[in-house]
Amino acid sequence: MPKNPNVKRVLVIGSGPIVIGQAAEFDYAGTQACRSLKEEGMEVILVNSNPATIMTDGDIADKVYIEPLTTKVLEQIIIKEKPDSLLPNMGGQAGLNLGMELDESGFLKAHGVTLLGTTAKTIRKAEDRLEFKETMEKIGEPCAPSLVVDNIEDGVAFAKKIGYPVVLRPAYTLGGSGGGIAHNQVQLEEILANGLRLSRVGQVLVERCIAGWKEIEYEVMRDSAGNCITVCNMENIDPVGVHTGDSIVVAPSQTLGDKEYQMLRSAALNIINELEITGGCNVQFALHPTSFEYCVIEVNPRVSRSSALASKATGYPIAKVAAKIALGYTLDEIKNAITGKTYASFEPTLDYCVVKIPRLPFDKFITAKRTLTTQMKATGEVMSIANNFEGALMKAIRSLEQHVDCLRSYDFSALSAEELLERMEIVDDQRIYIIAEAIRKGIDYDTIHRITMVDHWFIDKIAILTEMEERLEKEPLTVELLKEAKRIEFPDNVIARLTGKAEDEIKNMRYENGIVAAFKMVDTCAAEFAASTPYYYSVFGSETEVVESHPKKKVLVLGSGPIRIGQGIEFDYCSVHATWAFAREGYETIIINNNPETVSTDFDIADKLYFEPLTPEDVENIVNVEKPDGAVVQFGGQTAIKLTESLMKMGVPILGTKAEDVDAAEDRELFDRILEETEIPRAAGGTVYTAEEAKAVANRLGYPVLVRPSYVLGGQGMQIAISDQEIEEFMAVINRYEQDHPILVDKYLQGKELEVDAVCDGTDILIPGIMEHIERTGVHSGDSISVYPAPTVSEKVKETIAEYSRRLAKALHVIGLINIQFIAMGDEVYVIEVNPRSSRTVPYISKVTGIPIVDLATEVIIGKKIRDLGYEPGLQPAADYFAVKMPVFSFEKIRGAEISLGPEMKSTGECLGIAKTFNEALYKAFLGAGVSLPKHKQMIITVKDADKGEAIEVARRFEKLGYIIYATRSTAAALNDAGVKARKVNKISQESPTVMDLILGHRIDLVIDTPTQGRDKSRDGFLIRRTSIETGVNCITAMDTAAALVTSLENAETQGEMTLIDIASIARRGV
Amino acid sequence: MITCFCMQSVEGTGQKMKSFLILEDGTVFTGTHIGAEKEVISEIVFNTSMAGYLEVLTDPSYAGQAVCMTYPLIGNYGICREDMESGKPWCDGFIVRELSRIPSNFRCDMTIQQFLEDNGVPGIAGIDTRALTRILREKGTMNGMITTDDNYDLEKIIPKLKAYTTGKVVERVTCEEKYTLQGAKEIAENGPLSGSASFHREDYEAGIREKKPSLVRKLNGAGLKVALLDLGAKDNIAKSLAARGCDVTVYPATTTAAEILADAPDGIMLSNGPGDPKECTFIIEEIRKLYESDTPIFAICLGHQLMALATGTDTFKMKYGHRGGNHPVKDLSTGRVYISSQNHGYVVDMDKLDPKVAVPAFVNVNDGTNEGLSYTGKNIFTVQFHPEACPGPQDSSYLFDRFIEMMQGGHHHA
Repeated sequence: MPKNPNVKRVLVIGSGPIVIGQAAEFDYAGTQACRSLKEEGMEVILVNSNPATIMTDGDIADKVYIEPLTTKVLEQIIIKEKPDSLLPNMGGQAGLNLGMELDESGFLKAHGVTLLGTTAKTIRKAEDRLEFKETMEKIGEPCAPSLVVDNIEDGVAFAKKIGYPVVLRPAYTLGGSGGGIAHNQVQLEEILANGLRLSRVGQVLVERCIAGWKEIEYEVMRDSAGNCITVCNMENIDPVGVHTGDSIVVAPSQTLGDKEYQMLRSAALNIINELEITGGCNVQFALHPTSFEYCVIEVNPRVSRSSALASKATGYPIAKVAAKIALGYTLDEIKNAITGKTYASFEPTLDYCVVKIPRLPFDKFITAKRTLTTQMKATGEVMSIANNFEGALMKAIRSLEQHVDCLRSYDFSALSAEELLERMEIVDDQRIYIIAEAIRKGIDYDTIHRITMVDHWFIDKIAILTEMEERLEKEPLTVELLKEAKRIEFPDNVIARLTGKAEDEIKNMRYENGIVAAFKMVDTCAAEFAASTPYYYSVFGSETEVVESHPKKKVLVLGSGPIRIGQGIEFDYCSVHATWAFAREGYETIIINNNPETVSTDFDIADKLYFEPLTPEDVENIVNVEKPDGAVVQFGGQTAIKLTESLMKMGVPILGTKAEDVDAAEDRELFDRILEETEIPRAAGGTVYTAEEAKAVANRLGYPVLVRPSYVLGGQGMQIAISDQEIEEFMAVINRYEQDHPILVDKYLQGKELEVDAVCDGTDILIPGIMEHIERTGVHSGDSISVYPAPTVSEKVKETIAEYSRRLAKALHVIGLINIQFIAMGDEVYVIEVNPRSSRTVPYISKVTGIPIVDLATEVIIGKKIRDLGYEPGLQPAADYFAVKMPVFSFEKIRGAEISLGPEMKSTGECLGIAKTFNEALYKAFLGAGVSLPKHKQMIITVKDADKGEAIEVARRFEKLGYIIYATRSTAAALNDAGVKARKVNKISQESPTVMDLILGHRIDLVIDTPTQGRDKSRDGFLIRRTSIETGVNCITAMDTAAALVTSLENAETQGEMTLIDIASIARRGV
Repeated sequence: MITCFCMQSVEGTGQKMKSFLILEDGTVFTGTHIGAEKEVISEIVFNTSMAGYLEVLTDPSYAGQAVCMTYPLIGNYGICREDMESGKPWCDGFIVRELSRIPSNFRCDMTIQQFLEDNGVPGIAGIDTRALTRILREKGTMNGMITTDDNYDLEKIIPKLKAYTTGKVVERVTCEEKYTLQGAKEIAENGPLSGSASFHREDYEAGIREKKPSLVRKLNGAGLKVALLDLGAKDNIAKSLAARGCDVTVYPATTTAAEILADAPDGIMLSNGPGDPKECTFIIEEIRKLYESDTPIFAICLGHQLMALATGTDTFKMKYGHRGGNHPVKDLSTGRVYISSQNHGYVVDMDKLDPKVAVPAFVNVNDGTNEGLSYTGKNIFTVQFHPEACPGPQDSSYLFDRFIEMMQGGHHHA
């Protein structure tokens, strides 16, 4: 069927801010879909509140609205832009829910807008638990016995009937949010209450627990003519019970025979046909490990994290094909972009093995429970490809960048066999390391399997790896042994450690014996057809397929690895734009990255894609084959920066700012010298290695001080210390891992924090604008609300910042991007830190100023001058708009995580509010972040003494808005003394009703709780904050944020129709 | 609820014997020896199925060929005897990247290593199977030798390789005498070959849930007699018909048309099989007689090619054939595309097709080659792919229902 001629203007909904369970994969899917639609001549109107995305670029869509994702905003956009169609299934659950709401309300019909792709009826059949179950029953596909309940009593009664444990799954939520396994009534009541509240429709599915069964997924495509294919299947190494997003996953399935494989495949097709899905769909099954019994866990009628993984694992562009299907094409009309010969109506076949490992944030939230459940906790993931499972697992482990490179990276050797068995019962991110240790201790496979339900086949593969460790330790390192170790992807440094040799010795021995990596192509067809798409992975012991190319100029762009807190999607934005800019300048571009969720790992972004770990050895393998003329590291976050030294050793020139200048910005002494030369003040401080040294420096400076490791992103490990005791605590945390660089201890200055991203060509500097943080210093810049243009600082401060930026960029010989953070105290400006590389604010500032910073930086790196590029150096005039960047957190997903803001970054994503006035921009930003007040107009205030003065002013404003204020004893006293009416509530330790009872009563809109210093999680404050988050109450931990919120609420009272701003028009004006 | 299966012993990790795969173009791959200890010359082909190695090994169509699996990890679930598509493995040799050290499946009877040894199939592991596949793709199917003799002499071997032909293999693989498979009296338990599996056996027993298989939905073939001419048939052809209620009588390939017709079957099924179709001169003549009779006929793979040859159309050898479980075929009567299981090196030449005899019914979406014919004025339809799957997708199993309808006189094709 050819494309539908009635579709001309398509509205695409993005997925909004990055949160756990909804990450970069939707930027990838959305970007691919938009490009696919534009290829077909469609006009694309895009809405997404997330400014860090590539999809919100002016060249991806015709009209771009970075606006809050609410039905009201979408209605306004539909009225303004008059699209004829809406594509809702590219924006994850958030996008799908919005599309459904607009359809259900009749708004789409009234405005002549058609839902493209899967129909609303289908979405309801797949998403509504009851309808889904009935549909499955109708076609004879088994589901676990379950009941949809809308109250706790029914849930308890049903659980009694089917027996514990039971699984709870709220309808219409993200990443299994609010779900879990209940082993008894107490747990059931707790999880169920939370789930009912989180579900959009107030429904939770109570289901017989099938934990321990094999978890198998199929990615299925179907077109409007009913043609169906499965793109690939995947097997979770962690059996049912762990969310697939938190599981180690392998593709294709490894332990299924053809009978099981085809049985589930047929079931998947049966289901997608019955649901009449048009587009992509994910079907999850539980398969009994010792019979053919299975049941359908769930169906996602849209592109998903799993579909992004399947796309990268097979080379089949699911989102692109889904977009074409939505336009009316059938699978046999769409060409397979990889082979160019075959069509989309075939099934990829793999001749390699893919392993995905989740990137879990427990290194960020050290107080959080590491336990893995049906609620997803991972912020990102890595994928690896090899032609054996052991190798793929090893590659994935070292791609994580979590101080792990083999199965010994967590040392459990001190545990006895008995302790290991006990520890193995706990399902967490360290389980494979525990299994490895159990094997080393001689615990048999059956026992390990009985406890973990991990299949014997996987246990044996882990055993092969531990046996190799032992052989390397005990046997002489022969060429044969080395070959075998490399075949299963032991990195040189691990072999060196185990054999007691130097890493260089191992490398030399390899080179002398021709043990080098070969590169194979991902071609969707196991080499059956010739493919032209250069998408490669490395293996040892094979012939290489990479065709040597000798272009005029060849550049290596290093990606940023897995999405983690502190290093998110914005660095993928930078890498992709840099790649495009180099390509425009005639360079052959090569991307190395290992993140399956990103745009950069799409096979048509760079000329060549290497899906590989970002370690020096893995990069060197590629360098040996490609011999690039240079590498850029400044766009790929800390992951890429860390590779600078190794690249130089390999003889690859670093394009842009030189490595020694990057060092100068990070090295305390060198940087101090530069500041002295350039006469720029900074907070006094010193460098230390031990707690003793740190205490000495702190006492010399006087508390409070800021403690942080150097060379980190996202303020990892950064803390404000007020006492020797805290110094000891923080230093112990930082020194959990061996530090290559000294730790910095600085006097903590409290003032306004300001930030610039700039481009420098060695002589001139271009500063698109100055951003001001709402929160004072002490809150990590990534967690602060950031406003452009800076609304409250004087012209003098702005001039000083521009001048200091110029001096710093020049002194550091910056060629390309630089990010600088300042503190302003009155008219005095201090520098906090300088990062001669891209930053998380680059996409945001590019979009709101219309200045394509990454493109300019790339041009400058190539050798052009700012003046030649049509820009006048210096601070650019402020735009006509205010843009407020609001951090978004995923605290509700991470049980036990401390939510109070501090110098260590905790947000997972961000959204943008852009408007003519500051107040409207702020209002939009809060709206976009999901802060929708008021419901009950009741709030709790409990603040530390130092904040009481400000709390009074904020409380007075809330009172004026009609809020009933509850406060703990001393806060209540302070408020009442100042004439603000506050009802006193008891502390948790006191008699009921306490502040906790109040929160659990579900009548509170907002909690303002500013924490006392320190990380003591037993304190009342911690409990109050966690309970608020887990019961869905907004909780604010900084007075500045509270003040901003009340400003926004005051504005909301008078806010009429929102103004909508097409970002694409700013971009076009800017160029 | 979950019981543990018996673990197979870990393969000995002692000295591995070297093995060589020598191609007729002089390429030599060095790997490790697996399976039976013998030297073999055969036609080297590759199969892209990711699972189903046992079904491939026991598919009689591989007689005279050595199969290279493009998926690198083979033997993961061991050997489950009930999945065999015939009584024994037929291929001359087995070529893999890696054999799993342990098998893991609740039905596993033995390791693949043991199975190959027991059945006298030699093989080679540890070679770059992707490189081999690329050679076969570029240069076309070639003959080769698997040997453990490291004193091989290419100059002596290559002429031998070039001279090798699979010859008349159908006679080797067909059954020795006719036998009958009784039709099912009730719809099978849900399972991998009948459709959805049940969730709770207790629920079944308590009559809580109805059996609703998705693959074999009804006993629509009850009372029908099918004659299956075994040209090297995979077991699931007969099983697919029997599961629908048909009584299936299987005849050796040497059976004359007269003998078959004398049994008055309601329909005739021509099976898949190995080798060059043009070698089957006797069978082609007999099939011509079956064509002349008014009995409904459904043919698969070699049967499809032989029917074409019997009615004046030609066949030719493809460069490297179709072997795998991911080939899209379009049903020209509905426009629907199905993913099919395939295993053929020869194909019907569409240029020689006389529309008065037959018209295309299926076409390969990838390369446009013929995948099925509908015979003009006859109750005959034939397909190049494998609706019986095993291994591979079950999408086209509806063709057995179409055949049953045809036997019942409800469906006059073209």
